[in-house]
Amino acid sequence: MVEDKIKKVSQLGWLLIFICWLIAMAALFGSLFFSEVMGLKPCVLCWWQRIFIYPLAVLFLVGMLTQGDKADRSVVRYTLPLAIIGLGFAIYHYLVYSGFIPESLQPCSKDLSCAEINLQLMGFVTIPMLSIFAYSTIIILLLIYRKRFC
Amino acid sequence: MKKNIIIIATAILFVVLFIVAASFYNNQKDKALSNASMEKIEHMQRDYSPTMGPVDAKVTIVEFFDPACGTCSAFYPFVKQLMQDNPGKVNLVLRYLPLHQNSDVIVSIFEAARLQNRFWETLERAYQTRDAWIEHHVSRPEKLWGQLDGLGLDMEKLNEDLQSEEIARRVKLDILDAQQLNVSKTPGFFVNGKPLVNFGYQQLQQLVESEVAANY
Repeated sequence: MVEDKIKKVSQLGWLLIFICWLIAMAALFGSLFFSEVMGLKPCVLCWWQRIFIYPLAVLFLVGMLTQGDKADRSVVRYTLPLAIIGLGFAIYHYLVYSGFIPESLQPCSKDLSCAEINLQLMGFVTIPMLSIFAYSTIIILLLIYRKRFC
Repeated sequence: MKKNIIIIATAILFVVLFIVAASFYNNQKDKALSNASMEKIEHMQRDYSPTMGPVDAKVTIVEFFDPACGTCSAFYPFVKQLMQDNPGKVNLVLRYLPLHQNSDVIVSIFEAARLQNRFWETLERAYQTRDAWIEHHVSRPEKLWGQLDGLGLDMEKLNEDLQSEEIARRVKLDILDAQQLNVSKTPGFFVNGKPLVNFGYQQLQQLVESEVAANY
């Protein structure tokens, strides 16, 4: 009885990390699709966000694989900081995008503006929005995981 | 163990999905680009554009090029080979798309050399001596100047013609046509108006051969 319960709980933990991994993989392949297939050049801020999401796809994978049937609990320690820093860049980018921070104050090269909106899915979803969504969902899931399993 | 299978299957799914989506997207783009360039066929070729090969050939390769572009230089012998492989059936039209800094001056030199009927000689010399006049991806026209000996060019006249408004107009018009035809990289190829969407030697060869087969 108790063992069953423990198993169920660790299943849930694994599932949380698995969902985080799915999000990171979707972000990885999605961003590569935008840049390599559609030819949208990533601006400087996009690169910073990529830097913090790409390793997550690997870290979550390792976290899921190493401990047999349940996830490696320390995965939270290594992934949460990356996700939080990434979210910072995503929010900053969103503010530049929506005009709260003037273009001249942010570090983009002249020929590739970070404020220029070059993609809107379904009319309103922009790339920084997707980025914020991905990072914040990962952070929330990781916080739940940390509270319940660490 | 079951979980590892789920993980591996998911990873494979991501890769497959990516490849399928990419090929679907490229297919759509291919069609859209072909249609767009067919609508803008008047931008493909100008009466002044330098042409090589038989005038009555039914297959025409249009190449937007930048003399400072290494890939353009690498493609040049290949394109000539394509014409030799299909004798009398293929000709080549060159259009200027000077994307590198100062390359607009280099193509103006070509255009001025053309007034002396030395366009192809000058172009080939420039390709051969690329290392001498390109520094860190910036063209140095004054250094190309020193490489033009022995081509039979009247350098004084060349210098004079460089200032001509007609040459500036042609270079500008070529750049505008490239924009109209969505060419943003060099070399940009069209064969009988059809854009080479997936870039590569083989793809170009296939496109040329399919046009030769369709027209002869």
